[in-house]
Amino acid sequence: MTGEIMMRKRRAGLAGLIAGALILSGSALAQQPVNDPFEGFNRAMFAVNEGLDTVAIKPIAQAYDFVTPLPVRAGVGDFFGNVLDVRNVLNNTLQGKLSDAGVDLGRLLINSTIGIFGLFDVASELGLQRHDEDFGQTLAVWGWEDSSFLFWPLVGPRTVRDTGGLIVDIYTDPTWYMINKSVATRNSLVALRFIDVRASLLPSDKVVDEAALDKYAYVRDAYLQRRRNQIFDGSPPRLEDVLD
Amino acid sequence: MMKKLIVLAFAMLLASLALAQEAPDALVRQVTEEVLEIVRKDKDIQNGNARKAVDLVDAKVIPHFNFQHMTALAVGKDWRKASPQQQQQLTSEFKTLLVRTYSNALTGYKNQKVVYRPFRMNPGDTEVVVRTEVQQPGNQPVQIDYSLEKLDAGWKVYDVSVAGISLVTNYRDQFGHEVRNGGIDGLIKAIAAKNKSLEGNLAKADGK
Repeated sequence: MTGEIMMRKRRAGLAGLIAGALILSGSALAQQPVNDPFEGFNRAMFAVNEGLDTVAIKPIAQAYDFVTPLPVRAGVGDFFGNVLDVRNVLNNTLQGKLSDAGVDLGRLLINSTIGIFGLFDVASELGLQRHDEDFGQTLAVWGWEDSSFLFWPLVGPRTVRDTGGLIVDIYTDPTWYMINKSVATRNSLVALRFIDVRASLLPSDKVVDEAALDKYAYVRDAYLQRRRNQIFDGSPPRLEDVLD
Repeated sequence: MMKKLIVLAFAMLLASLALAQEAPDALVRQVTEEVLEIVRKDKDIQNGNARKAVDLVDAKVIPHFNFQHMTALAVGKDWRKASPQQQQQLTSEFKTLLVRTYSNALTGYKNQKVVYRPFRMNPGDTEVVVRTEVQQPGNQPVQIDYSLEKLDAGWKVYDVSVAGISLVTNYRDQFGHEVRNGGIDGLIKAIAAKNKSLEGNLAKADGK
């Protein structure tokens, strides 16, 4: 069985997939443009997520989007953005990008004080741009560049590397540390952030629905392209051009 | 009267020549501002009128795109297997699909601000990337990059990427899959079928 057929098999059983993944050698994978040996599992999870999204998550996000005035939305986004700057400082430092880490630390200090606990993004107004980094990107910079794609319900698209990165990100995320104070507060904050992020994606729903021949493949390839862009801080090397 | 007409025609010729010779960053800025100006005033487009958005993109954006190059990029290595006629059909179908995608993105516009990142090019460059950023309060800025190439007819865009996601190469795996299943003709049919279903959505919206 060639790797190609293996990768393309839409409804292969999980056992077959795991066996297939073990058979596939590194070189067979390298010939494939997309690193997705768990495609059967991923497509099943994608379908579960689409179902959850349609019946529950998207309607809640739409209601939230409808009732929340723009200044409040901006405040919520800025608040969680400020929390994320903790992660950015940490991961910029781990990647040796010390000047970026310094800027993000400055952002954190300014927004947490003058910006009233992060409700206003004063630092951006002052021209201090955020450098978005997470532990998945740090692992990539440390050498784990290529990683198999995984799709999780609720969490959405990831790779094996980024799934590990996410676990570390949760451990270093101040929102989750609210557990020391109050479980209810923490849960409310995590839920609010989840719905806020989903709501911010509402305008792109129709774009993806109408653009994709195969929505799963479109979402997967978009995620992998976006991560590559993030890992190279916005300027990834160009892929070869067939016309050249 | 005749003299005035000649002067006018001459002025228009000069203007179009000037546009063709325009620097790529100035071209991107001019087209972006022109399109956003129209969207800002058009409540229909802001409320998701896809037909009007498609017309706007057709009129203002399409002339600056090189769809043949875009299609070749999206198809990848299979492009060489296609006959000139198949290449033409592919380009025509992919153009329709991309215009639709681009128009849908426009209807999501809600007073965001577009910022143009610093641009540098050497005098002899024939391929450049113009970087822009869409800013919105409370959201991460979204990076939009345009890849342009210099042709006889002026600078033309051959790739657009949003947040690092190329709207063009994101199709490569899906297109490769169609080619493996049904050859180049199978791919042409698949994109045409997609376009037809989208046209159905448009007609339904028109009927409302």
